Amino acid sequence: MSETVLETRDIVRDYHIGGGLFGKTQTIHAVKGVSLTLEKGKTLAIVGESGCGKSTLARMITMIDAPTAGELLIDGEKVDIAKKGLTSALRRKVQIVFQNPYGSLNPRQKIGDVLMEPLIINSDVPAAERRDRAMQMLTKVGLAPEHFNRYPHMFSGGQRQRIAIARALMLNPRLLVLDEPVSALDLSVQAQVLNLLADLQEEFGLTYVFISHDLSVVRYIADEVMVMYFGEAVEYGTRDQVFADPKHDYTKTLFAATPRADVESIRKRLAKRAA
Amino acid sequence: MALLEIENLTVEFDTSGGTLRAVDGVSLSVEAGEVLAIVGESGSGKSVSMLAVMGLLPWTATVKADRMTFQGRDILNLSPSDRRRIVGKDISMIFQEPVASLNPCFTVGFQIEETLKTHTDLDRKARRQRAVELFHSVGLPDPERRLGSFPHQMSGGQCQRVMIAIALACGPKLLIADEPTTALDVTIQKQILDLLLDLQAKTGMGLILITHDMAVVAETADRVIVQYMGRQMEEADVLTLFESPKHAYTKALLSALPENATGDRLPTVADFDLENTPSTGGA
Ligand SMILES: Nc1ncnc2c1ncn2[C@@H]1O[C@H](COP(=O)(O)OP(=O)(O)OP(=O)(O)O)[C@@H](O)[C@H]1O
Ligand SMILES: [Mg+2]
Repeated sequence: MSETVLETRDIVRDYHIGGGLFGKTQTIHAVKGVSLTLEKGKTLAIVGESGCGKSTLARMITMIDAPTAGELLIDGEKVDIAKKGLTSALRRKVQIVFQNPYGSLNPRQKIGDVLMEPLIINSDVPAAERRDRAMQMLTKVGLAPEHFNRYPHMFSGGQRQRIAIARALMLNPRLLVLDEPVSALDLSVQAQVLNLLADLQEEFGLTYVFISHDLSVVRYIADEVMVMYFGEAVEYGTRDQVFADPKHDYTKTLFAATPRADVESIRKRLAKRAA
Repeated sequence: MALLEIENLTVEFDTSGGTLRAVDGVSLSVEAGEVLAIVGESGSGKSVSMLAVMGLLPWTATVKADRMTFQGRDILNLSPSDRRRIVGKDISMIFQEPVASLNPCFTVGFQIEETLKTHTDLDRKARRQRAVELFHSVGLPDPERRLGSFPHQMSGGQCQRVMIAIALACGPKLLIADEPTTALDVTIQKQILDLLLDLQAKTGMGLILITHDMAVVAETADRVIVQYMGRQMEEADVLTLFESPKHAYTKALLSALPENATGDRLPTVADFDLENTPSTGGA
């Protein structure tokens, strides 16, 4: 039987800005009523350009920001961070990995401590076991035990992204929100990290919300795709539906703008240029 | 005659940890009307090799080449004043970080007019006129008003258009664009690339496009140079490169593209034997 890990119902987030010098506040509707459901072990990709609301949606799903309206359900349980505050059990279920593997690690913290920190804050796992778990996780993400005592600056971008993923997995989350996790990486490193994510998903039955602006990556990893435009989900369906038959004009524009590296397209372009 | 010809370019930096060879034996040539892409991963020496052409490397850099000519003239051993006469006028470059390369304290109009002042004899009124034309040609709406804007008042795509306008101000014969679209959204990237190609076709200038994105190469280049750790791995026309790449590193790059994925795993560079494939450096 399938289990729904994540559900949002008409979720909304407004930001109020200004009100300073000119006394007029402005409301920005960052996310305008998005509904989705995601089953265990699946990957939902959220696509869109800067400012379209995809990171705001991610912050609500990760329970960092409260929705202005609408409902968020994790494992069928209604989440209301504004009212009640969160239980640590609920907080553990959803983890986030950010885009920038350079900025998201504290430069003065050793990798071992980076990995053990979530356990210290959110659990009562004893010290010796924390260490063991961190060591195991290092190997899981393709690093080695001797990396335990090193500092972030001693790692490459791809390795740092592995560390960020490892940290997110320390609390055995159900759902991992990945906000542009490979955008800052070189192609060959990107391939390694995507492979790692696929392996981990299989091993732990993880559910992913994968935020990206890169359609070729999305097509590769997603089961379901949502396209956001000015705070709205203008397109939402299975990967094959969305790629084969995009409905919304914006999705079509996005597809048309995405550069393609296949030989057929190169031939066409060269023929046009010669004409 | 080729516009730019480089043979066996090497750039070394003096660093506290010893000498770092950032560019190692790169050779290339660009003709007028041609689009040459230089592609490679971060740190492969793409920017450094073109900054060497521009003479813009810091004093810690040692630049050597068997030959470096622009329209047949040696540009490696130019006096600073002769170099200034060529660089910035006949050869111009769009730098990797558009926002950082515009001065936040001055209006964009002031910045483009300064470039015109340095490299042309136009008087104030003519410079203004030319600035308006240039903004118009790069598709900035309402150019007269735009000239009065500061960089922070513009979007990333608009700043990049300003950079292109400045680079084109003196009608260069060769334009070097270093990752001109990397920081931009896909739809804006498309607009900027189309603009560059369109201007290139109209003016017949040569265009060197530096990028790490194979798909951008596929969509823009006539010819391609693949760099890896400062070395030139392969040089080929664009169709040949994508159809039958010779070097293992090029093959690795192409198969790491998610859109070329065949199984449920992406091959990575580590899956290829780079050491035992000879590079095909040299134009
Ligand atoms: N001023 C400098 N002093 C010392 N080393 C430098 C300097 N500038 C660049 N390097 C080194 O030269 C090498 C090539 O750098 P370069 O900027 O050309 O890479 P790139 O191919 O443009 O990479 P990217 O895709 O990240 O822009 C790198 O190892 C870099 O660290
Ligand atoms: Mg560079």
